[in-house]
Amino acid sequence: MIAIEGVSKTFPNGTLALENISTGIAAGEFVALLGPSGCGKSTLLRLLAGLETPSQGAIDFAEGRPKPGGIGFVFQDATLMPWATAAQNVALPLRLQGRPDAAAVKAALAQVGLAEFASAKPAALSGGMKMRVSIARALVSKPHFLLMDEPFAALDEFTRHRLQEDLRDLWRRTRPTIVFVTHSIYEAAYLATRVIVMSPRPGRIAADLPSPVQDGPERRTADDYVAFVKQLTKTLQAVMPA
Amino acid sequence: MNRKLEIAAPLLFGLGGILLWQAAVRLTGTPKYVVPAPSDVVVAYADGFSLLNQALVSTLVVTFSALLVATLLGVALAVAMAASPLVRAAIQPWAVALQVTPLVAIAPLIILWVNQTFVALVVCATIISFFPILASTAAGLAETPRDLQDLFRLNGASRRQTLFMLLLPSAVPNFLTGLRISGTLALVGAVVAEFVAGSGGFASGLAYRIIEAGYRLEIPRMFAAMALLAVSGVAIYAALGLVSHLVLRRRDH
Repeated sequence: MIAIEGVSKTFPNGTLALENISTGIAAGEFVALLGPSGCGKSTLLRLLAGLETPSQGAIDFAEGRPKPGGIGFVFQDATLMPWATAAQNVALPLRLQGRPDAAAVKAALAQVGLAEFASAKPAALSGGMKMRVSIARALVSKPHFLLMDEPFAALDEFTRHRLQEDLRDLWRRTRPTIVFVTHSIYEAAYLATRVIVMSPRPGRIAADLPSPVQDGPERRTADDYVAFVKQLTKTLQAVMPA
Repeated sequence: MNRKLEIAAPLLFGLGGILLWQAAVRLTGTPKYVVPAPSDVVVAYADGFSLLNQALVSTLVVTFSALLVATLLGVALAVAMAASPLVRAAIQPWAVALQVTPLVAIAPLIILWVNQTFVALVVCATIISFFPILASTAAGLAETPRDLQDLFRLNGASRRQTLFMLLLPSAVPNFLTGLRISGTLALVGAVVAEFVAGSGGFASGLAYRIIEAGYRLEIPRMFAAMALLAVSGVAIYAALGLVSHLVLRRRDH
């Protein structure tokens, strides 16, 4: 579905953020980009979104570049508009695309369990609730392609687990293509069907590992999950500079 | 410090100062054409009540007209600067230059060039008061979260949508801070311009009454006019602070 061919990115200040990245992402895959800070994983996500252009190489979409609204993007912070209600924040992508749809907004809020908070302003919501609004905003235009940049990094452990489970459920039900940036081994092992491990400065693909973890309710304590965490840990240790 | 004390402290401090002042003037027997006692000032205010209040209204009309023009001009220029780096580069140094040139130096020219005195006064007060609105609104526009701007781009937002639905609402808190500073500067600007225009000018503002009282050695009336200006300045600052507080509370809650 998406072919990334020999992509490098050099910033105007001369920093080489990504070097010669080549891989493909199939429709319906849940890919985690795992790596330490400064490995260019967020840059790769922005390139996929079309927010940056590669210095070299190309990113090709089999069905052509997604139209406005074809990509759902979730940022590290919830980045809601503080003056707008949860419903107005969720409605934003549809409004910008010129196709307001109150029912879709309602459904997206219900999907993240915030139906009763439609008219609440962000100041009245907890960190986890704000992130759920942010996810609803990314889902409202039903994108086939969901890009997430460490969306749960700033949340507490309990909220993070809850939202991870919600995200797994969502993916299981609707099978969007998800690229999820994280620096957490556990998160990558728990969520993804495939983990791309990146090495820092400049960012390169160090390993590309399909997840052996079986789907199931006890996933977080299952032996195959624990083994995958170990495998990812060892891979990361090998790529980290001493 | 609790809230009651916060309000009481400046009042008590002022009251203590006034009592000391009254006592010092009376005990030293200083004549009121040199330093009037507070009680003389109150009597002078009562004597010139309608004259002084009319003058105050006249000065305030100039002040608020200038604040309105400064708001429109400051926000428009800030938007233009945010929209185009070229416009920003072209305007910024001149805006600073205008801001640092003392108004007393420019005011005579403006009063010479602009026939209608009221317009000339408003122009002078606008020159001194538009800069905080321009600078703070420009900063607010520039501080709009990059993630939200990216989100607008990803959803194919037009420039117009980005301006009205994101940039301007994001700049509101900064704009209100600037407006508060500009409010008091507009009053200062109006008074300075009235001073320069002098008796040949609009001839009804508080500055004119201060000059007139000075010529006639009516020093208590001069003090009364000054007190009105000081109270107006504090009131404008407090009122704009309250407006800012209410607007932001209504907006975000």
